Order: sequence, then C-alpha cells, then structure tokens
Amino acid sequence: MPPDLLNATILLGNYVVVPGVAYAAQLALGALGITLVFGVLRFANLAHGDLMAFGAMATVLATWQLQAWGVGLGPLPTALLALPLGILAAIAAALAADRLVFRFYRRRRSAPVTLVMASLGVMFVLNGVVRFIIGPGDRQFADGERFIVKAQEFKRATGLAEGLSIKTAQCLTVIIAIVTVVLLFRFLQRTRTGKSMRAYSDNEDLALLSGVNPERVALIAWTIAAALAAIAGALYGLDKSFKPFTYFQLLLPMFAAAILGGIGQPVGAIVGAVIVAFSEVAVTYAWKKFLYYLLPEAWRPDGLAQLLSTDYKFAVSFVILVLVLLIRPSGIFRGRVL
Amino acid sequence: MRRILIALAAATVMTSAAAAGDEIKIGVMVGFTGPIESLAPNIAAGAELAIKEVSDSKALLSGAMVTPVRGDTTCIDAAAATAAAERLITADRVNAIVGGDCSGVTTAMLQNVAMPNGVVMISPSATSPALSTLDDNGLFFRTSPSDARQGQVIAEVLKERGVGTVAITYTNNDYGKGLADSIATNFKAVGGAVTIEAAHEDGKGDYAAEVAALAAAGGDVLVVAGYLDQGGKGIIQSALDTGAFDTFLLPDGMIGDSLVEAIGADLNGSFGTVPGTDSKGAATFVDLAAAAGFKAGPFNGEAYDAAALILLAMQAAGSADSGKLKDHVMAVANAPGEKIHPGDLGKALEIIAAGGDVDYVGASAVELIGAGESAGNYREIAIEDGKIVTVRYR
Repeated sequence: MPPDLLNATILLGNYVVVPGVAYAAQLALGALGITLVFGVLRFANLAHGDLMAFGAMATVLATWQLQAWGVGLGPLPTALLALPLGILAAIAAALAADRLVFRFYRRRRSAPVTLVMASLGVMFVLNGVVRFIIGPGDRQFADGERFIVKAQEFKRATGLAEGLSIKTAQCLTVIIAIVTVVLLFRFLQRTRTGKSMRAYSDNEDLALLSGVNPERVALIAWTIAAALAAIAGALYGLDKSFKPFTYFQLLLPMFAAAILGGIGQPVGAIVGAVIVAFSEVAVTYAWKKFLYYLLPEAWRPDGLAQLLSTDYKFAVSFVILVLVLLIRPSGIFRGRVL
Repeated sequence: MRRILIALAAATVMTSAAAAGDEIKIGVMVGFTGPIESLAPNIAAGAELAIKEVSDSKALLSGAMVTPVRGDTTCIDAAAATAAAERLITADRVNAIVGGDCSGVTTAMLQNVAMPNGVVMISPSATSPALSTLDDNGLFFRTSPSDARQGQVIAEVLKERGVGTVAITYTNNDYGKGLADSIATNFKAVGGAVTIEAAHEDGKGDYAAEVAALAAAGGDVLVVAGYLDQGGKGIIQSALDTGAFDTFLLPDGMIGDSLVEAIGADLNGSFGTVPGTDSKGAATFVDLAAAAGFKAGPFNGEAYDAAALILLAMQAAGSADSGKLKDHVMAVANAPGEKIHPGDLGKALEIIAAGGDVDYVGASAVELIGAGESAGNYREIAIEDGKIVTVRYR
C-alpha cells in the first residue's frame, strides 16, 4: 500500500475503529440487559444505567481492597479479579429491587408504564446509593500495563506519520464481551431454563400452561441482566474512567441500540449497539486529516469536515431513536413495539 | 405568640448589632468542591492568613477582631454559589467577601447577591475579560489580571518557543471561552495560526471524540484552557493515549501539582502561565505560608492580597461597612504612599490610622487598573521531571 493510504487506514483505526469497537462492546452488554428485561418482564428498565454504576462501584471497591493487599494480575488490571464480586453485588441489588418494588406490580399485572415509572424511582435510589458510598467524583482503579500498542512506539517502529494505540482495557472489553455473548446465547438456545425463558417471553399464557414458573423466570432474567450490567459497567470504567454520572448518560445510547435492533431480540441489541456506537464516533469525527491523505491536493478540504460538533454526541443516539420509532418501530430484527 | 416573636426579633437585632461593633467577618468564597477543588483549600488559607494577621495586630478600627467565614462556590454551579453567598451575607452578616474563584459563579454572586446587598467582593482568581466591563456599582475588584492580558502573555510565550500552530480547547463557560478567544486573537496578531478552537464539557467520562477532532485539525501544541481536576485532565490524558499531541500549553486553571501527579512523566516538556511575580512580596508570602503550614500555590498570594485590601480599605474608611470601604480600595492599592509587603499589615494599619498613605504591593505586586483589576504579572512555568519549575516572570 502507498504510505498515504496506510496512514489514512491507521488514522481511522486509531480514532474511529478501535474506540468504536470498544464502545460498541460496552453498549452491547448494556443493551442486552435492557432487551432481556424487556423481553421477559415486559417493561423498559430505566434503572439499568445505574445498575451498571452499582456493579462498577462494587468492582472498584473490591479492586482497591485487592490492591491494598498487594494482590494483582501483573500486566492485567486487578479489576478482573474483583469483577465477580461486582457481579454478585449487582445481582443482589437487582433482586432486592425486584423483591421490594417490581414483584408487587408484576403480581398485580400492572400496565407496563407503571413498571417503567417504578424503575425510574429505583434508578434514583440506586443513583443516590452509589454516590453516597463512593462519591460523585472520578475514581481511578485501573492498573497493570495500560497499553498493548503505544502510539509513539508504533510510529517509531513503522516509520509512519500516524500512530496507533490500543489500550489493554479496550482489548479486554472486546474479548470479555464476546465470551459473555457466546455464553448467553448458548444458555438461551440450549438449556432447558433458557428455553423456558424464551417461551415465557414469546407467549406468557402458553408458557404458564406448560408449567413454567414465572417467579423463577423473573429471577433468572434479573440475575443475567444484572451480571451483564456489572460487566459492562466495570469495563466502561476500566476503559474510560469511573464516574457515577456517566452511566446515567449511557442510558440513552443503550436504549437506542436495543430499540434499533428490535427490543426483546438479543441479536438485535448487539447489531444496534455497533450501529449506534459507530454513528456516534463517525458523525462527530473530523475527517479533515483522513481526506487529506486520500484526496489529491486540489480537493483537500479547508474545514474540519466534521458533520456535528462533539457536543452533540448524545444527540446522535437520540436522532437514531426517533428515526427508528418513526420509520420502523419494531427495529431491524422485528422485536416488540414499545 | 406575637409578643414573643417581636421580643425574639428585637433580641436578634440587638445581638447582631452588638456583634458588628467588635467583630468583623470576612466571607471567603472559593470552590471547595468542584473542578478546582485541589486548589481551593490553599486559596482560602491565603486569605485567612491575612485576616489572622490583621486580627492579631489589634490595629484595625480600635482593635476589632476579624474572623473568616467560608462558603463553597463549587466553581461551576451558579445557583449553589448564589445560595452560599446569600447565606454568608444575610445569615452570617459578613462585611465583605474574598471571592469568588471562577468567573461564571463570581458574576452570578455579584449580580444576584453582592450588588443588591451592597457588599464588596474582591476576587483572587476570576479572570474573565467580561468582568472588566460589568456594571458593578464600584463593589467588585480583583487581584488577578483579566484574561485579556493572559492571552497576550501566552501568545508571547508560544512565539518565543517557536510554536507556529496551535489547537485550542476550552471548558465551556465564561472563563474558558474568554481566555480561548483572547489567546486566539493575540496569537494570530503575532503571526501564529490557530487550527481549531473547540469547547469541551466538564464532567464527562470520555474525551476521545473531542480529542479526535482536535487531532484532525492538528497543531504543534494543544492549548487546554480548562480545569486541572476536570475536563482539562481528561483531554490531556486522552490526547496522550491516542498520541494526538505530546506538548500542552497550560493556562492558570490547569497549573497544580495534582495534574502533574495524575498524568505523570508524559507531561514533561509542557509549559504554561500562571499569575505571579518574582517581587520581594512573593518570596515573603511563600515564607509566611510555610510558617502557617501550607505550600503557596496558584492564586494563594492573590487571595492574601484580596483580604488585605479589604481590611486596609476598612481602616482608611474608618468603617467596616462595604458601602464606605469600596471607595478606598483603589487608594490603598496604588501609589502614592509607603509600600506594604506581606507581613506588614499591622504597620500599614497604623500608618493609615495616623493619617498616612499606603501603596499596597503585597504578594502579587498589586497595581489596580481600570475598573479595579490587577495590571497582571505572570510566571511562565515548564514541567520538567514531574515538577513545575519557573522559567521566568513576565
């Protein structure tokens, strides 16, 4: 490849592909949880973002304790060891919320909008609890080797003008997300419990007639959703930084991903997450330098070639959400209509 | 019941009147929480050092005792800052305020609380050019220079270091926007080029998108007109991670040990500017601070000077009332008169009491110009081996 083309590819990789893939993986795990709760329990769980914050918080606290004891994984972040504890904490929080709040409305067969409003209340409570325990500020818990590929070293090694950097956390995010998704799909497709969950999701009355226990299904749905939330939250914190408020902000792109893919459809959540993540990154990316490498001199743009200022990053998922609801409310994979 | 209430009200009025006679309260309002929270404690300590010095001298207005009352501006939340100022003025009945710290909240406090109540505010660190032209009834002063001046200084620093192009990112508020515009205008005037001037929001978890846009625009140096405990730090970390920039210019809001500690060795080679002088007063202040148990940092001397100016103006006015002292601030700050350095506040009070004239120099070589703001002395710093070192004074 000519050096300009190589430079353009690396540039795109560094600023669009690598961060986009990691972000998509984090969104996908979150959106899967949302879609699962919606499929089985039939309401949009607004507390999912703060459930992520709760799981991540437990992971951060456990990581600090491990670091204090001097336990570590060498080049890998200690947070990986602490993650199971974060998952358990998130499951406990989700089950407590179900027992104290959601079960009451489920037994009364309340309208979905009542459950959504109840989840809004749970969201505020979780939000407060997280801030009360760990504070509203930035918390650092990443350790180990920060980079797999460092931008400056990459430049030196290849002699190219553009550098490529890949963080350990980004790589781990993608690997863990793939493993989790594979396990989840095997569970849903192959096991008896998974099948009963899908049956319950497809047709509640028929499933009840065939002897599916609704409380058990709800319990398992919450457990899985909370585990996904804790993993997504911890990975997001590891890749970027842990701050309670950012998880609340993630709610919008996650819902956009779940609805775009077709809510209630696990595959849809993943496809939706990839589309939302890359739209956010690509629309707010300034393409000037990329075009500079590829276009002949006369065609090179003077401006930044940026479609939207980065301030409008969240507006992208909002627009996607509105467009999907207007044009194809069932989403790509024909999920339910909210 | 009504009688009890009247009696209670009368008692309250009497006690507060009695308190005003022998006790003077000075509000100290900085952002103890928020994006410059690592700087705030020492800024407050600087102001409280001057207050204690005056109180201990027993020379102010027939031996009045002066006590500081702290209030939190949060640096960014105008509503919270206004509420805190309201509390200090109406409940604690402070005579004047040292503060606020960040330009946006300072403007809000001034317009919503200080002006309606006629209370003098002297800010040690609000630097937005917009505050120069604000109609303030003569109640607002600052011992920090306007960013219009910092922009000139930064442009000079960049030019002397041979920087041809810069990208500018600023925190999206009065301070950031004012400073960024000032830097851009001045840098273009000396022949430099600005590739992009983009805002960033504080408090985000991820600044990859902002940095990507800055990287696409390019530039030799990234100017980060933000806050060191907030978005500014996030931008620098992300820019280093992706290899977008490796040299940064750090204006006053970004200078502090916490940034150097958080980023580490990668920050070596970056440089910046912060108000400061190499005057005798500055050195004396560093010693005074060390004796009082804190390390003098950004805006600490300015805070000391702000408190000192308020108290000297009280002495000159012969009253602790803001409405009277506001007309004497400029006179005690500027020539003619005996030059006053930190630690000499007791002497200054006696000179004024005897009918003499003082020219307060203080820790930051105060010279108030225009509508009552510092003319502006800056310290150019560079980061070498994980430490902030002084290059020269401007």
